[in-house]
Amino acid sequence: MIGIEHYIVVSTVLFVLGVLGIFLNRKNIIIILMAIELILLAVNINMVAFSAFLGDLVGQVFAMFILTVAAAEAAIGLAILMIYFRGRGTIAVDDANQMKG
Amino acid sequence: MIQTFAFYLFAVLMIASAVMVITARNPVHSVLWLILAFFNAAGLMVLVGAEFIAMLLVIVYVGAVAVLFLFVVMMLNIDVAAMRAGFMKNFPLGIAIALILLAELVLGIGAYRVGAIELGTPMASEAPALVESNTAAIGAMLYSKYVFLFEIAGIILLVAMIGAIVLTHRPSKSKRGQQDIGKQVRRNPDEATVMKQPEVGKGVEL
Repeated sequence: MIGIEHYIVVSTVLFVLGVLGIFLNRKNIIIILMAIELILLAVNINMVAFSAFLGDLVGQVFAMFILTVAAAEAAIGLAILMIYFRGRGTIAVDDANQMKG
Repeated sequence: MIQTFAFYLFAVLMIASAVMVITARNPVHSVLWLILAFFNAAGLMVLVGAEFIAMLLVIVYVGAVAVLFLFVVMMLNIDVAAMRAGFMKNFPLGIAIALILLAELVLGIGAYRVGAIELGTPMASEAPALVESNTAAIGAMLYSKYVFLFEIAGIILLVAMIGAIVLTHRPSKSKRGQQDIGKQVRRNPDEATVMKQPEVGKGVEL
């Protein structure tokens, strides 16, 4: 019988893989954005699993808002990536030191 | 039985495709693996009876976000080899931090299980006589109690859309086919039209 623990462990592994993806692909910002999508997906799975196992639909409503914010973040991130590529001709993020941040 | 099998199938496939997303050499392949991961996550959500969120995941993520990624990856001409340069250098540190994070999270789940609150069973397995479908229940909740949050979500999407357009739009350099709204508005009927009264059988010369 599949319990809530199974779902939590799966989403935990997915979350850690997303964090690992950010570490491994430090140069490639497209992969970093995809890793962020994986992290948000892990959070969504957690939300939906708890919502289903507790019998409370609010978790699924909240998962929908997470989905909305994730879509907006992807659109803005890729737009910034496009203008960065236009100006520099590369997407290597370790060159991005113009603002001395 | 079939539920357990389906859970492990979806979970293993999702984890495997997530691994492929972060290790694939070609970003296009990464996007395709990401799509597979989203499909399997949707399957996991269907298993616990959250059909609406699962379908939303397929439509929004696979249909919109992943295709957007695919467009950008194919539009930008990326030097794949240069992008992979730091991969092996960052590998030990990344694995170490990921393992520490995983251990911490699993320990947290273990500690949670000791004093766990009572959890029910998922809706799909024992089916506690739902009066309405998952989608209808979410809709009734979303459009009544959470209607302002729903509108704010719409405004967030509008801001994201306008932001993306403003960021990436560049005015075209060619003069041809440009619309000058001020010039259009300034025109008045007197200078735009001419009245002629041609005689019978003769044409009009402009």
